[in-house]
Amino acid sequence: MKILSDLGVIIGITLMYSAPLIYTSLGGVLSENAGVVNIGLEGMMTIGAFAGATVAYFTQNPWLGFIAAGIAGGLLALLHAIACVSFTADHVVSGIAINFIGPGLSIFLTKIFFDGAAMTIPLDLDNKIPRPLNGIFASISTQNRLVDILDSIFNQYATVYIALFLVLVVWFLLYKTKLGLRIRSVGEHPKAAETLGVNVYRIKYLAVILSGVLAGFGGAAMSIAVISNYRAALISGQGFIALAAMIFGKWKPQGAMWGCLLFGAAQGLVVYLGSTGLEISSQLLAMLPYIITLIILMGFVGEARGPKANGIPYEKE
Amino acid sequence: MKGNKFVITLISILLGLIIGGIALSITGFNPIEAYKTMFKGVFSNPRYISWTIIRSTPLILTGISVSFAFKTGLFNIGAEGQYIVGSLVATMVGYFFHLPPIIHPIVAILAGILAGAIWGGIAGYLKSKFGINEVITTIMLNWTALYFSNFMVFWEPFKRPNRDASERILDSASIQILEKWKTSDAGRAFLANNNFLKEFLNPPVNFGIIIAILVAILIWYLLKHTTLGYQLRAVGFNKDAAEYGGIDIKRNTILAMMIAGAISGLSGATQVLGVSKETAILATMEGYGFDGMAVALIANSNPLACIPAALLFGGLKYGGSKLQPTMGAPIEVINITIGVIIMFIAMPKLIDIIASVRRRKRGVEVEDSK
Repeated sequence: MKILSDLGVIIGITLMYSAPLIYTSLGGVLSENAGVVNIGLEGMMTIGAFAGATVAYFTQNPWLGFIAAGIAGGLLALLHAIACVSFTADHVVSGIAINFIGPGLSIFLTKIFFDGAAMTIPLDLDNKIPRPLNGIFASISTQNRLVDILDSIFNQYATVYIALFLVLVVWFLLYKTKLGLRIRSVGEHPKAAETLGVNVYRIKYLAVILSGVLAGFGGAAMSIAVISNYRAALISGQGFIALAAMIFGKWKPQGAMWGCLLFGAAQGLVVYLGSTGLEISSQLLAMLPYIITLIILMGFVGEARGPKANGIPYEKE
Repeated sequence: MKGNKFVITLISILLGLIIGGIALSITGFNPIEAYKTMFKGVFSNPRYISWTIIRSTPLILTGISVSFAFKTGLFNIGAEGQYIVGSLVATMVGYFFHLPPIIHPIVAILAGILAGAIWGGIAGYLKSKFGINEVITTIMLNWTALYFSNFMVFWEPFKRPNRDASERILDSASIQILEKWKTSDAGRAFLANNNFLKEFLNPPVNFGIIIAILVAILIWYLLKHTTLGYQLRAVGFNKDAAEYGGIDIKRNTILAMMIAGAISGLSGATQVLGVSKETAILATMEGYGFDGMAVALIANSNPLACIPAALLFGGLKYGGSKLQPTMGAPIEVINITIGVIIMFIAMPKLIDIIASVRRRKRGVEVEDSK
């Protein structure tokens, strides 16, 4: 029973840590399936984390914050789209620019809005993203071990459930709708898509902006759910990890989700091992998720190939 | 074409500064005042000039590292991690080894280079052996390096008691210029009469900048004028054609990542031996590798151009650090400015359009005056 409840704790932590990555990774899936490489996810996530925490603080409403995060991420992504689609910029270069502008702007504005402080004021617990299943398990029984386990797995912030639901949505969009087919065709062979009457530019714009919206959500899932404010180093590398998860998942939404869950699970294992008072350096443990990811990549994945026209600027003739 | 790119870079820098200024003025700061503060913050005292050079030195090297990888068709996000292992190993050699001066720093630097080369080489190996995208591996290796470095610094014989940092390197391993002389009686007496030198030598001026310039020349020469450089660039330019031409892609990929890693490792080593003299426990990335990407882009991946690009970058950052204390303006405006500069560099088409509109206007004026 002990081992089961430990497992429950690990799964719970896994879900919590994976959610922000899943949003961002799905963003990457959309953008890159439309042929636009998006290493700017990190910057878009950061501005989402900032906008989410700030708007949630001033409106006292986490959902307005969440939506604002999506809008902020989308706006930054619009910049990426303008550069990559309309001005045939190198996608990687534009993405690096986004990664300077997003975090720069976020802290710049934080200092403006919060009197020079480098972090937003933490939200009250009531103003964070709610946990829809909070208390439900406790109301069934407070003595039962099994209920405890269910509680540690399922008593998650709503953002976790939304993230998992969005995996389904993005999968459906990409593989079961006309729009999804267009997105993928634009990423595979834009010229052929153009001859068939698809408006390549418009599809690319749409996919990139949506990817920013999702990355913005991912940032907010961090700043108004996992913790309760935005600060300078809050998003430091998660955007890149999400990018790696997307490549790991071979540019597919479900694959990207597994990549994020894998990484979250390694993280969960670390938190769990740290809590058991094991005599291992916390620094060595912290290395674990990255090394596990590398080993799994070596053993199972092999060469990942993205959409054919991914990263190639498209110009109408 | 080359001249054109240079002009585009200059225009991009100008536009970046203008937009940074607009961001400042929207938020209620006088941009002219801000740029004056920054300019003074870099040039008004020889000491500031020294600091700007010292701050720019590691960026020149990480910039060259990223540029070199770009030229060979690889995207080295891992400069950060290679820098970290380079500085860690150089610190360890600088502290644990007892060697005579001159030899000690050379050994420490070589160790840092080797560490960086191995760290980069791992990514190269994983790419050529398993086909794993170097973007993923270098990201993972960055974090592994960071926690590994922290782990080592926490190691009892290496950690300085009551400090979140390692022991300091021995004096014999330092690469600072005139370090002893500066504080000796003779040095003090001499500097008392020479204010410029006194100020200029006040910061930890070190041989790093000379090393960086030599490396820039070396890598430029390697890429431009050697068979190896030709092969590496051929792989970067067209992988399949290079393979058809008989170039061993796998070997070149590993080699390219090792060289890129070596340069970043060197960057970390010079910083430790010349400036910080210790390895601190890091909570998060310091950004030398990421800033190196920006430098490489501003330099259009030309190793020699990395020198002015890094000086610009270092100058903006160092000058920008004066904004907060003097006028209360957030220093992050510098990151926004740098981002905008890179964004414009990415869009030569946009700059062409802006330039042609201006030309057309001027053309109209000329016709009017007829």
